[in-house]
Amino acid sequence: MARITLDNLRHSYMANPKGPADYALKQLDVTWEDGGAYALLGPSGCGKTTLLNIISGLLRPSEGRVLFDGDDVTDEPPVARNIAQVFQFPVVYDTMTVYDNLAFPLRNRGIPERDVKARVEVIAAMTDLTEMLPKRAAGLTADGKQKISLGRGLVREDVNVIMFDEPLTVIDPHLKWQLRSKLKELHTRIQRTMIYVTHDQTEALTFADRVVVMHDGYVVQIGTPVELFERPHHTFVGHFIGSPGMNVLACQVENGKAFFDGHPVTVDNPPAGSLQGKQTEIGIRPQFVRFGDDGIPVEIAKVSDAGRYRIVDARHGQSRINLLVAEDADIPASGARVSFDAAQTRLYADGWLVE
Amino acid sequence: MTLELRNVSLRVGGETHIYPTTVTLVEGEFNILLGTTLAGKTTLMQLMAGLRYPTSGEIWFNGGNVTQVSVQKRNVSMVYQQFINYPNLSVFENIASPLRVARIARREIRNRVERMAELLQLTPMLGRRPSELSGGQQQRTALARALVKDADLILLDEPLVNLDYKLREELRDELPRLFEGRRCTVVYSTTEPGEALLLGGHTAAMHEGRITQFGPTAQIYRAPADLITAKVFSDPPINAVPVTKSNGAFRVEEGVSWPANGKAAALEDGPYVVGIRPHLISPVGDGREQVRIDGQVLITELSGSESVVHFEHGGHVWISQSHGIHALKVGETASFHFDADQCLYFDASGRRIGS
Amino acid sequence: MDTKIENQKGWLFVLPVLILVAFNAIIPLMTVVNYSVQETFGDNLFFFEGLKWFQQVLASERFHHALGRQLLFTFIILAIEIPLGVAIALAMPRKGGWVSVCLVLMALPLLIPWNVVGAMWNIFALPEIGLLGKTLNEMGIDYNYTREPFAAWITLIAMDVWHWTSLVVLLAYAGLSSIPDAYYQAAKIDGASSWAVFRYIQLPKMRHVLTIAVLLRFMDSFNIYTEPSVLTGGGPGNATTLLSIDLVKVALGQFDLGPAAAMSIIYFLIILLLSWIFYTVMTGKRGEP
Repeated sequence: MARITLDNLRHSYMANPKGPADYALKQLDVTWEDGGAYALLGPSGCGKTTLLNIISGLLRPSEGRVLFDGDDVTDEPPVARNIAQVFQFPVVYDTMTVYDNLAFPLRNRGIPERDVKARVEVIAAMTDLTEMLPKRAAGLTADGKQKISLGRGLVREDVNVIMFDEPLTVIDPHLKWQLRSKLKELHTRIQRTMIYVTHDQTEALTFADRVVVMHDGYVVQIGTPVELFERPHHTFVGHFIGSPGMNVLACQVENGKAFFDGHPVTVDNPPAGSLQGKQTEIGIRPQFVRFGDDGIPVEIAKVSDAGRYRIVDARHGQSRINLLVAEDADIPASGARVSFDAAQTRLYADGWLVE
Repeated sequence: MTLELRNVSLRVGGETHIYPTTVTLVEGEFNILLGTTLAGKTTLMQLMAGLRYPTSGEIWFNGGNVTQVSVQKRNVSMVYQQFINYPNLSVFENIASPLRVARIARREIRNRVERMAELLQLTPMLGRRPSELSGGQQQRTALARALVKDADLILLDEPLVNLDYKLREELRDELPRLFEGRRCTVVYSTTEPGEALLLGGHTAAMHEGRITQFGPTAQIYRAPADLITAKVFSDPPINAVPVTKSNGAFRVEEGVSWPANGKAAALEDGPYVVGIRPHLISPVGDGREQVRIDGQVLITELSGSESVVHFEHGGHVWISQSHGIHALKVGETASFHFDADQCLYFDASGRRIGS
Repeated sequence: MDTKIENQKGWLFVLPVLILVAFNAIIPLMTVVNYSVQETFGDNLFFFEGLKWFQQVLASERFHHALGRQLLFTFIILAIEIPLGVAIALAMPRKGGWVSVCLVLMALPLLIPWNVVGAMWNIFALPEIGLLGKTLNEMGIDYNYTREPFAAWITLIAMDVWHWTSLVVLLAYAGLSSIPDAYYQAAKIDGASSWAVFRYIQLPKMRHVLTIAVLLRFMDSFNIYTEPSVLTGGGPGNATTLLSIDLVKVALGQFDLGPAAAMSIIYFLIILLLSWIFYTVMTGKRGEP
């Protein structure tokens, strides 16, 4: 187990990077505490896989250091860092049985066969692979193979951190549930640092205690799922997390009060100073928008059925406001007005939360 | 432009891939094929397109028998999940390719391609090659190519599954707009019930080579004809618990019981299966629920705004999904509530009572 | 009721090929079978002899010797070329500018007409004036492939290895290129040695490609005629008279059509049998349980 620190990290895939655009990872200073469950969440191309490979040692960063428990491991190969990684596509040694697959990392380290057997059996029980042990690994289904990959990562007792690179990509959707729950269960049991990279917010938010949201090579916010949901520091976080994402509406700020197209809007974080010259926006999640008798007039463009609630696409001029209403709630046919829950309405300047 | 399958089946080797299927698809709406990975959705689409020929049965399109017509002669477009584009042609040429095959005048081709590019927000990328585009843009190019042909039948085989979660949401939002005003039959396959609901239209629930039910999407969701359809159309998986009816009440073996009301009261005594959607079970009551279950918590998954709790009761694992954060500890015994009137009841053969 | 609905027009596309194959392969094959059971004295006089030629060939010592030489040759060739080809493929870069250079270098020997290959090595190895021959003799090695059977064999094998290893290299390289990076990364993380990586990742993934390489090299080397014929003519004496060379001597040298035809059929059946054995062993041994 280890405390992982990223110190002044930057990475470019080019030999001579000239500006920020040439860097895949720009300026990272992050610490991951021992034993936590973390998620790296972000859209494709945000740098999360690059970051994962730097932590595991498969990639050497162009600038900065990686520290495990204070020791500089930037130049150490993956084997020396004692990490485990589960990839997007199941990686199993086809010619070996499941048992041999799980035993492989231990045998490579010269561990006596008796200890290998004991350890493999423990891990097989944890990952529900006990019955498959004598079978050839090539014959298993995709989720079985991912379990083998996972087991190979867990089998070494001195593993510092286990990393997952979008591991549920090839799993059948109706089995994703099981594997996701299994990962959560495993973390609760073995209490090892786990870092889970994904672009799927459900996976990230349900697995992690703390989520690192990345965008375009930067870390935009680190927080618990609740913090990210209720208090996004950046409009990108608000938009990315939540389905549908946060409504971001351009607004004007005068004398410390916000106005959306002339309508006054109460925000939870009114500005202390002037916001002159900055682009100001209001962020409000669809869950916290309600129909009411007074408020902002809207036209209903579309109502979508999501099963347990409905998503209303309401328009005010060119702006779009999404609301969530219950399955059986009434939606006004005309003359609809919406209002925002003041405690959940936030003001943003140039994309960042006004504090 | 109605597409009809009359007793169409496909047998390969000794195996039946598609059982005799009769269905009439609806023009001008999304016809969604919903099912797990091996349910037969892609095979059925290939039969509709004419890429494969059925072992028996007939396919009728617009009142004409097209079973023997080769795919080149049928007016069909198809979009795949793997962003298939001609790699050595520019985006413009990609979109223009079906029009060039049809020998349409150059000026007309230019007009149509430019209009389509604007509709799909590809105008700045017309000169680039697909390998230079992001995943979302590549899929948009494939979509543009499929739409520009103005085909009578457009097939979309899980087109969004390889895209980022957020991008998927955005494209899904745009799709209905793209098909507005077209007189063609659209078939869309997916594994996610949520996607089917959001797209609306009609849905065919598929399971192991059979269509279990076909009808308006919301109706199939709320009133599934049988247990298999209910399971196909649930994410998270529906709680399907065997119960026995006796003495006017339903009883879970070694577990809770509740009185049989309304239509359920008229049922004969005997074994049934009750289907309860996870979002109907909640750790906090809001007064409407009458049944209370006490169970041991196995796993809690908290996303930013909702909690999914797996708990054990009466020898089964139940799943509850509710708004808000309920941080229940693993191993503790907690109470859950649900409304018995909202449950679906299935008889011993799997058919829903009241369907 | 089942009604099979299939497009029968596809068969029309196969017709031209069918005619071509018929004229180029089937009819000549039938002619050979015909000759093999008849005796001729020229002038198109044929007498049916039944299986006499087959019995004669199978019993002849000359045939046994030629078959023995052939099996030895093929075995040595496979034992050298397959591992060597794989080793070179492993050493070739997979990314960067050098890739094209290496691929072109590997392809070059395969482009040379086979009789030119034979002629090249013929001169190259000549003890008096050939670069290789003269150098070896200057170094003190007593080397003369035109007169010593052992030297002739070494030269023959060297020529074939030089000519055909590239094929194995290109096939193995294609197989290696298809292995995703993630496998190598996982092996690094698991602490696997290079040997373990080769044994558990690279070799299994190359299995299909290697099967093709082995089958191709086996069949070609068993049939080999042009290069050894130009290089040594089958000599010195009988030392490098492989099966095909022997066959041509009988058929054209002695104009014994009957025995020649019988030999052709026997070789054909041997190759068929051994190929089938190879194929079954290579795909069966590593096939799915």
